Amino acid sequence: MFEILEKRSLNPTVTLMRINAPKVARKAEPGQFIILRTDADGERIPLTIADFDRQSGSVTIIFQIVGATTEKLNHLNEGDCLQDFVGPLGRATETEGLKKVAVVGGGVGCAIAYPVAKKLHELGVEVHSIVGFRNKDLVILEDEFKASSSKFVLMSDDGTAGEKGLVTDALKKLIDSGEKYDRVITIGPLIMMKFVCKLTKEYGVPTVASMNPIMIDGTGMCGGCRLTVGGETKFACVDGPEFDGHLIDFDEAMARGAMYKPFERHAYEEACNLFKEVK
Amino acid sequence: MANMSPTRNEMPVQAPDVRNKNFSEVALGYTEEQAIDEAKRCLNCKNKPCSTGCPVQIDIPAFIAQVAEGNFAEAYKIITKSSSLPAVCGRVCPQETQCESKCVRGIKGEPVAIGRLERFVADWHNAQPETAPEIPAKNGHKAAVIGSGPSGLACAGDLAKKGYDVTIFEALHVAGGVLSYGIPEFRLPKSIVQKEIGGLKALGVKVETNTVVGKTISVDELMKEEGFESVFIGSGAGLPRFMNIPGENLNGVYSANEFLTRINLMKAYKEGSATPIKAGTKAVIVGGGNVAMDAARCAKRLGAEVYIVYRRTEAELPARAEEVEHAKEEGIIFKFLTNPIEIQATEDGWVKSVHCQQMELSEPDASGRAKPVPIEGAFVDIEADCVIMSIGTSPNPLIKSTTAGLDTQKWGGIIADEDGLTSKEGVYAGGDAVTGAATVILAMGAGKKAAAAMDKYMQNK
Ligand SMILES: Cc1cc2nc3c(=O)[nH]c(=O)nc-3n(C[C@H](O)[C@H](O)[C@H](O)COP(=O)(O)OP(=O)(O)OC[C@H]3O[C@@H](n4cnc5c(N)ncnc54)[C@H](O)[C@@H]3O)c2cc1C
Ligand SMILES: Cc1cc2nc3c(=O)[nH]c(=O)nc-3n(C[C@H](O)[C@H](O)[C@H](O)COP(=O)(O)OP(=O)(O)OC[C@H]3O[C@@H](n4cnc5c(N)ncnc54)[C@H](O)[C@@H]3O)c2cc1C
Ligand code: SF4
Ligand code: SF4
Ligand code: FES
Repeated sequence: MFEILEKRSLNPTVTLMRINAPKVARKAEPGQFIILRTDADGERIPLTIADFDRQSGSVTIIFQIVGATTEKLNHLNEGDCLQDFVGPLGRATETEGLKKVAVVGGGVGCAIAYPVAKKLHELGVEVHSIVGFRNKDLVILEDEFKASSSKFVLMSDDGTAGEKGLVTDALKKLIDSGEKYDRVITIGPLIMMKFVCKLTKEYGVPTVASMNPIMIDGTGMCGGCRLTVGGETKFACVDGPEFDGHLIDFDEAMARGAMYKPFERHAYEEACNLFKEVK
Repeated sequence: MANMSPTRNEMPVQAPDVRNKNFSEVALGYTEEQAIDEAKRCLNCKNKPCSTGCPVQIDIPAFIAQVAEGNFAEAYKIITKSSSLPAVCGRVCPQETQCESKCVRGIKGEPVAIGRLERFVADWHNAQPETAPEIPAKNGHKAAVIGSGPSGLACAGDLAKKGYDVTIFEALHVAGGVLSYGIPEFRLPKSIVQKEIGGLKALGVKVETNTVVGKTISVDELMKEEGFESVFIGSGAGLPRFMNIPGENLNGVYSANEFLTRINLMKAYKEGSATPIKAGTKAVIVGGGNVAMDAARCAKRLGAEVYIVYRRTEAELPARAEEVEHAKEEGIIFKFLTNPIEIQATEDGWVKSVHCQQMELSEPDASGRAKPVPIEGAFVDIEADCVIMSIGTSPNPLIKSTTAGLDTQKWGGIIADEDGLTSKEGVYAGGDAVTGAATVILAMGAGKKAAAAMDKYMQNK
């Protein structure tokens, strides 16, 4: 069983947990993810490895409460155990040959972007982090990003934190001001990544997007995580989760992401009601 | 006195109209009387033609003779000399092309129902009070098994019986391989699979689920750092193939693996399951093998009107005859000589219909096989809101790509000799990972063979 060693709320809907999982910690690299189940009847959900400590054998996850399983997860506390925790899955972020990178994160995607920024920083790469949130209450990992970036730009939709505007506005400004990036790495809502990739394509800056389709096994067995990249079908769990952003069919990915919406809404409400009763 | 009836004892089954709405087992199994009566149809042929049709050469006449006498425990002992999973194989073996195809009683009438008798004996055994197994003395050697499908289970069992300290590493959270995630409950109750695994654990086999070899740990690390002297790879052929036709990534299109995994592994068919499934109101299953039949029958049970679309004719269906029969009885509609060429979408990106090319069989070619060829200009659209691609699987490249020195075929199969030895010293492989998608009994047989070779290797090291 996988014990929750630490639990911390980062904002009203985003929680950090450190899990005891020595086998995963031993092999984990930034960009990889795990799949967990909270209990014996639970669903398998993928979450990115936000951090790891090989020595103590712990793995950190940061998740946004969006539905039934993340809601259930958030109701567990330090000392409780997760039923299953498997990984590290997927390919690690490629860092070879990079000298200057813009990391563009949106919302909870910043939790996935942060370990990438940290790793690049440790490798001596110049990192510019551009992160966006809807408002100031949702900002996460600000200090952590600052510590790993030579430039940090905070954006919010309503201007309550950092500058008002979208991450694409900030990225465009930096590129226009003469910043030359070897690569842009973007992680966040599909719609945000779509527009980041559109922008960088115009400027000819190579861009990698981290995809998060619906997954079950995470080993290449079900094909549920498939997406189209450059006209070819790829499995995000084994071929990704990072792909060349200029080749991804984002519209298809957005449609696939909505496949179970009505079911999930229902399951979420049930889970919420369940916890209300318990309280 | 032999029972000279030309027909076999019928298998009691749930009525088609009842069972196509539930996930309980379809075939209910013989009673003792039926089993003894059926066993008496066996002529106890000296040359055992039936055994030559069994990939693991069970001594069929010998076990059937014991059934005829009512000595079920003795019958079980005879079967388990050659087979590790009789309750499974008795249910899912393609008997009609194996043991039963060679039975002399089949020349003038129906062959002896060997599979049903094997199932009866195994179920009888499983219903007896549990006795603690004899724990073999440990021999001090450590072996690892990757994958907990029939090949891995058989290999682990045989090694444990010889005293090896065996650990099975399984990627998923449940052991059993296809027996757990693929073959549905109504054909193979999961309690039977878990009972087999429980038996192995009682022998001292350790099962580490949630371990993806190649990711969590590599084959080389198992051998160099964890002290496993020999490794068996039974990782199956779980990578789903798609047709690469337009519309395959629309919402509502599943691989059979995803559809079946949601249902069997994640129990999506149960009320209140956390994992969703959408069988739609009209489901089209593409393919004609066992997997297609299973997907079709699951979709039916979830309430859809179900079509199986297959590009050849009924005669070429690769699925077991019994499964095809059962599928038809349950109301599944077959469209033969039909080949999907495009999946068409609704405005919001869901499946609307499957556009198919009509086919005909050509004159047999040099190999004697008639090929399906398109009939020019003949198309048909089948309305559907769910499409399940069931056109085959191949071995997952994960282990190959993370194990230096492990040679594979171009199509991904691990190259192994008769005994299962791969290109890497101490590393053996078997089952679907070597042969490509095949059968439970072949996988089990390969696991047993490899166990024998691994034993020799570790003893002589
Ligand atoms: C490789 C990978 C890494 C991920 N890493 C993280 C992470 O570090 N932190 C985090 O908070 N989330 C991450 N996600 C997303 C996370 O898996 C989903 O939020 C989670 O599965 C939702 O489960 P649920 O039962 O709570 O909600 P559900 O009831 O399943 O879904 C609720 C809502 O979330 C949407 N949703 C469902 N699955 C996903 C998904 N995979 N991606 C995006 N939206 C989804 C649904 O459309 C729905 O609107 C990752 C996803 C993948 C594939
Ligand atoms: C739906 C369906 C119906 C079938 N019906 C029949 C039938 O009626 N009769 C019949 O004889 N055969 C049938 N078959 C075929 C039969 O099930 C297979 O041939 C058999 O299960 C193969 O056994 P195996 O041990 O080689 O592999 P599998 O059963 O595939 O097991 C492989 C296991 O290895 C695990 N694994 C894979 N990679 C890794 C890794 N890197 N690390 C750790 N674990 C890993 C997998 O998760 C899996 O549990 C059917 C198959 C399917 C899919
Ligand atoms: S294992 Fe399969 S082939 Fe062998 S006797 Fe049993 S049913 Fe027949
Ligand atoms: S061939 Fe048929 S009749 Fe002869 S021994 Fe085998 S099962 Fe019995
Ligand atoms: S999650 Fe099943 S293949 Fe990727």
